[in-house]
Amino acid sequence: MIKATQLSKKYSGNIVLDIEELEILKGQTFGLVGNNGAGKTTFFNLLLDLIKPTTGHVLNNEIQVNVSEDWKPYTAAFIDESFLIGYLTPEEYFYFIGELRGLNKADVDTFLAQFNEIFNEEILGGKKYLRDLSKGNQKKAGIVAALIGNPEVIILDEPFANLDPTTQIRLKKLLKDLTVNSNATVLISSHDLGHVTEVCERIVVLNKGIVVKDIKTSAATLKELEAYFSV
Amino acid sequence: MITNFLNFEWKQFFRSSYWQKNIALNILLAFLAIYFILMFLALGVSIYPLLKKQFPESDPLLLVNGALFYWFLGDLIMRFFLQKLPVMNIKPLLVLPIKRSKILNYVLGKSATSFFNFLPLFAIIPFGVILIIEGYPETTAIVWILLMYIFTLTINFLNFIIEAKSAETELSFLPLIVLASVLFGLNYFELIEFTSLLAKGINAITENAILLLIPIAVLTVLYYINYMLLKTKLYVDGSLKAKADVAVTTDMAWTRRFGDIAPFLQLDLKLLWRNKRPRSSIFILVIGLLYGLFFYPNPIYKEWVPMFVFVGVFVTGIFMINFGQFIPAWDSGYYKLLMSQNIKYKQYLNSKFSLMLISAIIMFVLSIPYVYFGWKILVIHFAAMVYNIGINSHILLLGGSFNRKKIDLTQRAAFNYQGTGAVQWLIGFPLLLIPILLFYVPYKFVNFEAGIATLIILGIIGIVFHQKIMDFITKKYINSKYKMISAFDQDN
Repeated sequence: MIKATQLSKKYSGNIVLDIEELEILKGQTFGLVGNNGAGKTTFFNLLLDLIKPTTGHVLNNEIQVNVSEDWKPYTAAFIDESFLIGYLTPEEYFYFIGELRGLNKADVDTFLAQFNEIFNEEILGGKKYLRDLSKGNQKKAGIVAALIGNPEVIILDEPFANLDPTTQIRLKKLLKDLTVNSNATVLISSHDLGHVTEVCERIVVLNKGIVVKDIKTSAATLKELEAYFSV
Repeated sequence: MITNFLNFEWKQFFRSSYWQKNIALNILLAFLAIYFILMFLALGVSIYPLLKKQFPESDPLLLVNGALFYWFLGDLIMRFFLQKLPVMNIKPLLVLPIKRSKILNYVLGKSATSFFNFLPLFAIIPFGVILIIEGYPETTAIVWILLMYIFTLTINFLNFIIEAKSAETELSFLPLIVLASVLFGLNYFELIEFTSLLAKGINAITENAILLLIPIAVLTVLYYINYMLLKTKLYVDGSLKAKADVAVTTDMAWTRRFGDIAPFLQLDLKLLWRNKRPRSSIFILVIGLLYGLFFYPNPIYKEWVPMFVFVGVFVTGIFMINFGQFIPAWDSGYYKLLMSQNIKYKQYLNSKFSLMLISAIIMFVLSIPYVYFGWKILVIHFAAMVYNIGINSHILLLGGSFNRKKIDLTQRAAFNYQGTGAVQWLIGFPLLLIPILLFYVPYKFVNFEAGIATLIILGIIGIVFHQKIMDFITKKYINSKYKMISAFDQDN
C-alpha cells in the first residue's frame, strides 16, 4: 500500500531520515518506534506530502504523493494539534471532515455514535470550541476525525500520548478491530513499547533516520525492543 | 534578579523570529518613532512663540494649561489602543523562588519606561526650558515639568486599570470611548468645565510646589490599584489562563446554495466571527463605510474627483483588503490539515474569492446613501466595486501565495502586526493607488465617463477571465506549498 524508495530528508546538511526501501502492505498495522529525533514524524510528514523529500519518493497505492493528489480521498492522518481547527466545536469539525470525505451530517452522526464511550460526554454536545478542550480530549477528537469515512490508510503520530488509561485501552482495541473489519492500513508511532507491540503486526525501529530493526511482532518482541532501548 | 529579568526581555525581543525576519517592519517602526519624537520636539519648541504671537495679551503657560485636558484625554485614548501592560511570560517564574511582589513591581515598573512615557518629555522639557528663558520663576518651570511627567505616568497606570476592567471583550473600547465622549461633552457644553478646573489646579501647584504631593499621591494610589489587580490575577487559573468562550453553533444551511465551496465558506464565516482578530475586520467595515464622510462634505475636495476614486475603492474594498491580504495566513494554524485532506486548492481559494466578492457588493449597497453628495459619487463607487471584484481581489489572492507569516487567531486585533510582512506593504499601495491613476489619466485627457469606463472595463476583464486567473493563482499556491507549511509551523 505504502512504498518508500530511496527516501531521505536533509536539513542544512543533517540527515534526519534515510530509508533505502520500505514497503507496508495493505491491511497491515505498522508501528514506528524510536527515540526523539529518530525521524518518525518526518517520515509521516513525507507520507502526507507536507515536506519535500531531499531524495526519493513515496508511493501510496501506486500514486506518488508529491506528484498527484489522488491519494488524499482514502488517506487520513492525525499528527498533532495543528490538524485541529481551534475555533470549531468538535461536532462542526467532524462534519467538516465528513463533508470533505463525502459524508453528510447523518452519516457522521451514525459514525460518531460508536465513540460515545471514548468521548465520555466531554466532547459531543458541549458548549466548547476545540481550542478550549484539554489536550487529551483534543487528541481524542483528532483521532476520531481521522477515522471518519473509512479511510484505507490511517496515519497516527503518538496516538497514545496524553490519553487517559481507559481511552488508551479502548483505542488499542479500536485499532486492532479496524484492520480486521475494514482492511485498513494503519501506521502509528509511539514511545510506549507495550502499546505498539500489542497493536502492531509489524514494528520498525528508527534511529537517527535509519531503519535499524524491522520486526514481525511475536511474543518475544517486547523483550527484544526493551533490550534494544535500554542502553 | 532585575538584571535577569532585563536580560530575558532583551533576549525575548531579539531572539523572536519576528524581529529577525522582519527588519523592514522594524525600520518602518523606527522611522515612525523618530518622526513622533521630532513632532513632539517641534511642538515643545514652537508652542510658546506661536501662542505669544497669536494671543499677545495672554500668558502662554496659562493657555497651555487650559488645553491640557484635551491632551490628557487624547493621550488616554491613544494608549488604550496602542499600549498593553507588558505582562512578560510570568508563568514559568511563579514556581521559582522569586517573591511575587518583586515580579509585580518589575512588570509595573517596566511599563513606566515605555515609549509613550518618554515621548511627551520631548515636548514638555523644551517648553519648560523656554519658560525659564522667558523669565518665569525657575521653580515654576521645574514644578511644571515634574507635574507633567507625573500626569503622564498617572495616565499610564490609569490606562492599565481601564484595560483590565474593560477586559478582553470584543467591543472593549466602547466604554472608554463613551467615557471620553461624556467627559468631552460635559466640558464642551460647559456643564462641568474640566479644562478650567484642571488649569486652575495646575496653576495652583506651579505656584505652591508643596501641592505637588497631591498628584504624587494620586499616582501612588493608581500604582497600588494596579498592583492589587495584577496580584489577584497572578495565578494560572487567573489572567494567565486563556478564557474559554461559550460555543454557539449554527449550521448555516444557506451556504449550501454556493455548491462545492460551501464547507469552506462556512469555515471562513466561522473564522471571521469566532476569532478576535478577523472579527475586528468586520468592525472595520463600519469605519470604512463612514470614511467617505471625511471627504465628501468637504468643499476642498469638491473639485478633486480622483480623490473620490480612492474613497470608492477604499469603501467598497475595505473588508477585501483587510481580509484578503492575510490569505492564507488566517488558516495557518491548521494549514497542515487542509493540505493533507481531500481538498481541491481551487475550491478553497474560490471560497475566499466569493467572500471578498460578496463583501464588495454589500459595501457598495451600503454606500449608496452617499449619492446625497452627488450622483458622480455613486457612479464612482460602482466602478470601484467592479474594479475591486475584477482586479484587486485577484491581486490579493496572488499576493497570498507569497505569504509566509503565521497568524495566531487568538491574539488581539488592533495594531497587531503579526502576520504582516513586506508583501502586505507592497501590495497595499497599488491596490489603492493604481485605480486612481487608471481613472485619472482618461479623466484628465478625455472626460469623467472615460475614467469610469476604464475602471469598469478592467474590472469586467478580470471577472471574465476569473477561471483562467484562478488556475494561475492556484498553481502559484501549489508551488509554494512546502514553504508555507514550514513557515506556518514556526512561532513568531
